[in-house]
Parts: sequence; C-alpha cells; structure tokens
Amino acid sequence: MADEVLRLENVCKVYNVGRPSETEVLHDIDFALEHGEFLALIGPSGSGKSTLLNIVGLLDRPTSGRLTIKGEDTSLLGDAAITHLRGHTIGFVFQDHHLISAFSALENVMMPLLADAGFPSPEITKRAQDLMARVDLEKVAGNMAMNMSGGQQQRVAIARALAMNPDLVLADEPTGNLDTKSADSVFELMRQVNRESGTSFLVVTHNLDLARRCDRIIEVIDGRIAH
Amino acid sequence: MNRWLPFEWIAAVRFLREGRMQTLFIISGIAIGVGVIVFMSALLTGLEANFIKRVLTSQPHIQLIPPDQIARPQRNGPKVLEDAIVQRPSQRVISIDQWLKIRDRMLALPEVTAASPTMAGSALAIRGAASRAISISGVEPTSYFKIVRVPDYIVSGEARLTNQDIIIGIELAKDLGAVVGDKLNIQAASGTTMVLTVTGLVDLGNKGVNQRTTYVALRTAQSLLGVIGGVTTIDMTVQDIYAAETLAKLIEASNHVEADSWIVTNAQFFTAVQAQEISNTMIRLFVALSVAFGIAAVLVVSVIQRSKDIGILRAMGTSRGQILRVFLLQGGMLGFVGALLGSAMGAAGLIYWHSAMRLADGSELFPLILERSLFIDAAVLATLTGLLAAMAPALRAAKLDPAEAIRG
Ligand SMILES: Nc1ncnc2c1ncn2[C@@H]1O[C@H](COP(=O)(O)OP(=O)(O)OP(=O)(O)O)[C@@H](O)[C@H]1O
Ligand SMILES: [Mg+2]
Repeated sequence: MADEVLRLENVCKVYNVGRPSETEVLHDIDFALEHGEFLALIGPSGSGKSTLLNIVGLLDRPTSGRLTIKGEDTSLLGDAAITHLRGHTIGFVFQDHHLISAFSALENVMMPLLADAGFPSPEITKRAQDLMARVDLEKVAGNMAMNMSGGQQQRVAIARALAMNPDLVLADEPTGNLDTKSADSVFELMRQVNRESGTSFLVVTHNLDLARRCDRIIEVIDGRIAH
Repeated sequence: MNRWLPFEWIAAVRFLREGRMQTLFIISGIAIGVGVIVFMSALLTGLEANFIKRVLTSQPHIQLIPPDQIARPQRNGPKVLEDAIVQRPSQRVISIDQWLKIRDRMLALPEVTAASPTMAGSALAIRGAASRAISISGVEPTSYFKIVRVPDYIVSGEARLTNQDIIIGIELAKDLGAVVGDKLNIQAASGTTMVLTVTGLVDLGNKGVNQRTTYVALRTAQSLLGVIGGVTTIDMTVQDIYAAETLAKLIEASNHVEADSWIVTNAQFFTAVQAQEISNTMIRLFVALSVAFGIAAVLVVSVIQRSKDIGILRAMGTSRGQILRVFLLQGGMLGFVGALLGSAMGAAGLIYWHSAMRLADGSELFPLILERSLFIDAAVLATLTGLLAAMAPALRAAKLDPAEAIRG
C-alpha cells in the first residue's frame, strides 16, 4: 500500500446529475498506480479518459467511489486541502501546451513554486533554470511562451509539471499535436524523468507505438476498464 | 521578476500588461473621470476661497445696528385694536444706544479681533452742475481699515481721512468728473452742507457700489448727518469666520442691538455654494459609478478570456483566494493608476486654465489651490472603487471550475 501513489475504488462519474442530460461517463473504475510506474491510458474518443485524468488530478470529484492519493482518502478533504495536495503531489501536462502567455517560458516554470511560496526568491529562479536545463531549453528560457515551437512548449510544460517535484505527473495526450519526431523526443523526455527521478506517470495517448513503450497499458472503453 | 512583489501582484501586473488595449482604454476612461472631478473640485475651492477672501476684506464679519423700530398697534381697551393695519415707521437715522460701552464689551470678547464704530447715512454730492446721491460712511480710519481694507482698494490717491477729506468710489468720481484733490460739496438731507477734498478713489469691485460709496471721518459724518456723538453701526471682525453667525446670535441675546453676520448678509452666496456642492457630489457619484462599471466590464471580459490561464493556475496549486486577489488587485491597480493620471491631467488643466483665464486687469480669476488632500482622496477613492468593481469578476474567477476552464 505504501508504495502506491494512487488507488481508485469503484469510481463513478455522472455528469449533469438530476438533469435530462444526465450521463454516466465512468463506471466502477478500479486500479492502482505504483511508485515509479509509467502507465499508458488508451481508449477511443469519448470513452472517458480525460474525465478519469481530471478526477485523478483532483480537478474534478468522483460522483461515487474512493480516490486515494499516497494513502490519503481524498473524499474527506476540503477545497483548500485538495488544492494543497494537488499543488504538491501532482503535475499536469496538457495536449495544447497550456502555457500562460503573459509569462516567459522560465516564468511559467516558476509559477507553481511562486504560487506555493507566495514571493519570488533566488532559489525559485535557480530551480526553474535547472528544470529548463533538464528539458534542454536553457538557451530559450527567457522567450515568451508563444514564441516557441510546439515541441518546445511541451517541454516547458513538462518542466513546469516537475517544478514542485511531484510524485505523479498526469499527461493528457501530450504528444497529440506534435509531429512524429517531436512527439518521440517529448515522450523520451518523460521516460527519462521517470527513470532518473522515479516520478510516476499516467499518460493518455492515442499513439499505440508510444503506449507499447510504457510499463503498463490500461484501456478504457465506454467508461469501463477493458481487460 | 521583482523580488519584493508577492505572487498575486506579479500575476495581476502581467495580466494587465498583456491586455494592452483593454488596459489602456479603461485607464484612459478612469483618468478622464478623475481628471474632471479634480479639476472641478479645485476650481470650485478656488472660486469659493476667492469670494470669501473678497467678502471678508470688504465687509465686516459682524455688524451691530440699532434694533428694528417696530410700531405697536394702539389699543382701545383689552383686545380691541384701534386700527388693525400697522404701518412700519420710516427708519430714520438713529444711533446705537450707549455704543461706546457696547464697543468696549465687544472688544473684550476673545472671539472678536476688531470693532469699529461707523456713522452711515445718505447725502448728495455736488460738483459744478453734476450731483449724485451717495451713501456716506463715517469711520475711524485706524480701526475701520482693519475690518474693511480700504487702503487695498485705493486705485489713486491715498487712504487719508482727516475732517475735511473724502474717499469716493471710482464710478462716482467718473460721474462727477472728479479727480484726487478736487473739492466736493456734500449736502445732507437736513440741509447741512460741507466742502470736502477728494483724497482717494476706491474700486470695490462692483459698479453699483463704486457709484455710491464714500468714506469720511466719523466726526465729519456725525455733524453732516446731525447725530453728534452717535454711530449707526459697529463693524467687527472675528477669529473664526464660520462661527460668526453663532456669535452674532449670542451678542443679540445679551445686548440691545441687532447683530448681522456676513453669513446672513451673504445668504445667497451660501445657497449657491450649497447648490454647487450638491451638483458636484452628484457628478462625483455618477462618474464613480460609470468608472466602476467600466472596470467591472473590462474585468468580466478578462476573466472569460483568461479562464484557461485561471484553470492552469488552479491545476498548479494556486488557491481560490490567490485567484480572487489577482483580479481584485487588477481592479485596484486600474483605479490607482487611472487616478494618478487623472490627477495629473486635472492639475495640468487647472494650471493652464488659471494662466489663460485672466480678469480684464490681468489679475487671476481664481487662486490656484491644489491641495494634497484632494489628490490623496482621489487616489484612495478610485482605488477603492476599482477594488469594489473587481469584486464580482474576481469572485467569478475564483469560482471557476478548473476542469471546465481547462477544457475551454
Ligand atoms: N462537463 C461535461 N458535461 C457533460 N458531459 C461531459 C462533460 N465532460 C465530458 N463529458 C462527456 O463525457 C464523455 C467522456 O469525455 P472525455 O473527455 O473524458 O473523453 P476522452 O476519452 O478524453 O475523449 P478524447 O479521446 O476525445 O479526448 C464524453 O461523452 C463527453 O461528451
Ligand atoms: Mg480527452
């Protein structure tokens, strides 16, 4: 148990509860993720992968069932505690890069640290610079986010996801908008981080080639885990 | 990145800077609003101060006169009136009873800074074929000039008043064709006539007044008007001009005189000021409201535009409170920066207006009064308005569901 980063038990998600448009998107999801594991989540469009990722990432709450992160039952936590847990244990990488355009690449990486500390400090800048070096972008760290290529932006997003040294990185189609070469290098970067730092990854992908290079594959079909 | 700014400030500044056009337009809007208010308020303060200064150096603050003579209806036995129509008696020139005692009593009051007896009445000024009705003020120059700054208003000659001297208004001088050094025949209603030498011409800033006003020595007026030893008024100045009316009431209560304060004599001015103040307040209120709605509108749009950024910030561990403050701060900053620019604009406008608008003689139309408190008030109020206006958009931003915001 102690080695588990994540455990879902009977997790259900129903959208628009009580309305005519009520839809059950996830049914009785059960799975666990171990420390250092690199897991691929695959499945057809609309099967509920993003919904599942949002629940795991504490951006959304399950309608029923239990989500345990690092042994802590999250259903009992209030909003502030959820925000804190999310900030300190989970990093996000989204499909559309989602860098904040008002900031430079380096500042985007600093944001999680800054939001947590409240004030800028040389340590924060130093850590962000180290992360930029780790994703091979130290030369363009000062560029505005919008002036970078898709592959570069996704590397910045990975650096930002790693800023708080999280136990788990959730990536929703991180290579979906990239050409094969960039996709490959972004995927390799994540694998490398996983090997070197033991960070767990949960990666949603449509790319079966990449999925096969993960430790384990879970397939979601119509809101259920297929075996 | 500035090391002393907290996270919320950095984010707020960056968001405002990135939304260049919106920020620029709304700040211009706020600046214009604040500028108009600053300009208007300072102009009003200036005009008011100017008026009060003029009034208080050309009028006594309190004037004591003999009590009104009221005719009593004659009675033919109890409750039977001889004649129900009571005519007001003609108010003949009458002296204040025991005026020396009253004057000394007034001077003993700590609130009173000066008191001077005056003998006022009317007469005819004749020079050659020209004659004009004039009002005569017989004064003791040393004490009277402390109350009404006659020497300040002298435009030619000097403010000298011996028993044979007379100071006259410039319009009167024009009408009579008199200059300094000329002799005038002054004839009172009683028939008494005196020949007085013009020693000075005064300009009291009002044509009608300049046509009638003359100053002579107290003794001269007394013998001219046939009230030897008497005075018709005691003019006074006081420490606190705004307490003049209260003091006047007190004096009336304990002396057999009527006391009129400048506040009552210039009631019209105060009514005008009050009306002006009310409309000023209304303008301020509505400008503040439109500024508030402008800020709110811009921030509401900004929250919608930035919902993705907000979602990402939340995903990265930013709390609802932090998001709330980021947007509140934007409102406050818009208000503050707008107020600074507006104050500068208002002040610049005022300085320009002050130098451009001159009276015919080149003197200023109003004194340039730029009180620091006006600018501080404007900045504080605009900042508060900005914070308040940002409340609704900021709450909306804080309440955004991060999952939904990120999905877009
Ligand atoms: N907020 C919502 N309200 C109602 N229905 C929703 C909401 N979000 C998602 N859904 C529905 O839930 C289902 C699963 O959506 P989800 O985005 O999780 O699928 P996905 O597996 O990520 O698909 P894709 O591969 O296209 O990204 C879809 O049918 C979608 O329409
Ligand atoms: Mg999806």
